[in-house]
Amino acid sequence: MDRNNIKEKTTRRDFIYTLTATLGAVGAGATIWPIVTQMNPDSSVKALSSIEVDISKIEKGKEITVMWRGKPVFIKRRTPEEVKSAESINIKDLKHPEDDKIRVKKSEWLVVIGICTHLGCVPINGKGEYGGWFCPCHGSHYDTSGRIRKGPAPTNLEVPSYKFIDDNRIVIG
Amino acid sequence: MIKIFRTFLIVFFFLTQNSFSEVNKTDLIKVNWPFDGFFGKFDKASLQRGFQVYKEVCASCHSMRHLSYRNLGEKGGPEFSKEEVKAIASQFEVQDGPNQDGEMFTRTALPSDKFVKPYSNSNAARAANGGAYPPDMSVLVKARKGGANYVYSVLMGYADEIPSNITLEEGVYFNKYMTGNKIRMPKPINDGSVEYTDGTNASEEQISKDVVAFLTWAAEPHLEARKRTGFKSIIYLLILTILGFIIKKKIWSNIETKV
Amino acid sequence: MSEYSEQEKFKPVHTNKVDGSPYSGVIGWIDNRLPIFRIFKHEYLDFQVPKTLNYFWSFGGILMLCLIFLIITGLALGMHYKPSADEAFDSVEKIMRDVNFGWLIRYAHMNLASFFFIAVYLHIFRSLYYGSYKEPRQLMWLLGITIFFLMIATAFLGYTLPWGQMSYWGATVITNLFSAIPLIGEGIVTWLWGDYSVGDAALNRFYVLHWLIAFLIVGIVVFHVIALHIVGSNNPSGIEPKDTRDTVSFSPFTTSKDLVGMLIFILIFVAVMMFAPNYLGHPDNYIPANPMVTPAHIVPEWYFLPFYAILRAIPDKLMGVIAMVSSIAILGLLPWLDFSKVRSSVFRPIWKQCVFLFVLDFFLLMYVGAMPAEGIYLVLGRLGTIYWFAFFLVLAPLVSRYEKPLPMPQSINEYMDWKKKGKIKTFNFT
Repeated sequence: MDRNNIKEKTTRRDFIYTLTATLGAVGAGATIWPIVTQMNPDSSVKALSSIEVDISKIEKGKEITVMWRGKPVFIKRRTPEEVKSAESINIKDLKHPEDDKIRVKKSEWLVVIGICTHLGCVPINGKGEYGGWFCPCHGSHYDTSGRIRKGPAPTNLEVPSYKFIDDNRIVIG
Repeated sequence: MIKIFRTFLIVFFFLTQNSFSEVNKTDLIKVNWPFDGFFGKFDKASLQRGFQVYKEVCASCHSMRHLSYRNLGEKGGPEFSKEEVKAIASQFEVQDGPNQDGEMFTRTALPSDKFVKPYSNSNAARAANGGAYPPDMSVLVKARKGGANYVYSVLMGYADEIPSNITLEEGVYFNKYMTGNKIRMPKPINDGSVEYTDGTNASEEQISKDVVAFLTWAAEPHLEARKRTGFKSIIYLLILTILGFIIKKKIWSNIETKV
Repeated sequence: MSEYSEQEKFKPVHTNKVDGSPYSGVIGWIDNRLPIFRIFKHEYLDFQVPKTLNYFWSFGGILMLCLIFLIITGLALGMHYKPSADEAFDSVEKIMRDVNFGWLIRYAHMNLASFFFIAVYLHIFRSLYYGSYKEPRQLMWLLGITIFFLMIATAFLGYTLPWGQMSYWGATVITNLFSAIPLIGEGIVTWLWGDYSVGDAALNRFYVLHWLIAFLIVGIVVFHVIALHIVGSNNPSGIEPKDTRDTVSFSPFTTSKDLVGMLIFILIFVAVMMFAPNYLGHPDNYIPANPMVTPAHIVPEWYFLPFYAILRAIPDKLMGVIAMVSSIAILGLLPWLDFSKVRSSVFRPIWKQCVFLFVLDFFLLMYVGAMPAEGIYLVLGRLGTIYWFAFFLVLAPLVSRYEKPLPMPQSINEYMDWKKKGKIKTFNFT
């Protein structure tokens, strides 16, 4: 009897300790979370996480660069020749095989993030061996679809999420 | 000893309480605000009406430079829908630039833009208002002793009958609750100053209440989240304190008997 | 050469080697090279403390907790705050509006500063009442007063950072205190400002100094705590523990009790922070700094009010400043002004009343500090100031000389016994 009693007492005591420790840990976590998440983008930054761009003034064969989430985005209005050269490639030969069709929404317009996938430099327009971009840092060549053709970069230039509101405007993000 | 100490504390609090009321010579009008108290919340419809009042009455002189149009759609505020916020923003024009030609240009405002200011700088504001600067209203409620009640009282404190001991200069108005009883702002709100679309009677009192509620939210946009979090944390801490006290009692239970 | 050969015995090389850790495995390996685990066990698990400690002894731990959270929240605020006259106010508003949980972090930092002072005042009053400043704890007391001075400095600097009206005018008034120093005063003020008035340059350096002093406090707190672990805690009886019948081990006894004290303190803090976050502040600080307009009632933060009242009680500028600084510095002389061998006020009927009056005087001065310096308030302020200094310079030596202490028990154990039997009348705050 006596023994049972002690045992019962210990389990009840243990329960209170465990409960308090668990609750304490939960509270500590809830206290630390605001301190951690304050470093995430604040609401004024998030409000700018999508931008609207007017593309009506871009001439054929030209490109503009817009800033989106602190990164340059290339919007290029391709000439029919450039589109042709991008579409005619046999994608099996590519380092990062992607069809031009899945990289654009309208074949005339190419929208890519202008950051070299190698180490984050900004490639230069109209340079390089494939008529697209050339990264001056370590010599990566991109074609007119922004795909990696030569050099150390592992993947094609990233396509951001965007959509056409109408023929003249796109929303990035 | 405890008694003496307690008396000290009571006397002290009595004295400080006195000191607070002494500064406001006239007692403010006390309103039973829905956002007061432990469970206080904003009345969304009232905040939306309040924004309308701000836009149509106050905004011609008072800026709200810390607010953006997107705030109007955020949780815990007037909670306009996304489309409504866009529509509100598009009523304004903001300066942007420079463009490729190096020139500044105006464009339609976006939800991410700050509230458009009535004057480009404070000197322009002063010059247009007979030397008195209409204060920015983003944190006005927190910047005044008495808070929401004070702002409400000032709005309601205009009177036609001016006490004989007060002489008013040109362009100065009498206000019961303003320090020195003088104010440079002409009575801004009257019955029917705005036309409410939701059928609420646009009486002077109602308009003032709505705009003060709006200003309170503007000064403290996270009030609802704060009170909610506060309530939860206090419940949590109460439980933890009780548990801690039980544990302490248990640990110390056999200490006294050692004697 | 020959000298060396003549020496038959060499002294062993002096080393700090600490072999023989009670732990094994990785912990033991570390412990033999850096004995932190041993020290922790020795100082925080097995460390013996008097078993009579009441909840007034929780404030050391509470202050530590406050300091840690002030630094953590300060660090988070520092990631968003911009110390320039043009941007400071706006960046604080941005924290309050846009930054994730920014409102919570800022309100926490703001109110923690106030609660840090609440705790430190209770900590100091406890020391006064129970004679914790006496032999052998004088150095701890002096380190504590140093911390208090640094707290005042960093709280003042921190209050200037939001760059509201009170920040600006508080900074102007307080830095102008230095101009009271003869000859070099004006030069010092200009040097502090880096300009001919408080402005951008001052704000930027105040921000840096606010951080620097925060970490200086941490450094001196370490010494304060080390010294505590050398001389041991005082206790309500004021009698040094003689054997283990008088003591309990730090863990789980002190830890569980401190935990309860901390939780109650946090509970009150959270209630104020969440439901009246601006109660302890001043509304004028939500008006951006304006060098052209001084607010009608310029008042320092509540925790400075008693000293502010002493400053204003003296009509002369230089003497006022000297009085204000010495009103705190004089605390440091107390171990030598009060030379009674009895520590605890429990056994000192007259000194006990003096300490109570001193606490009352503190609140009186706080009240006077918030009032305009005229009429009855000026009289009250002067009376309060006189008592403040008389407490140290007159009462302490006189009472120690002439007071007849009550009969005292021989040990802490006996003290508890006496208390149980009602032979000792005192607080029951255990």
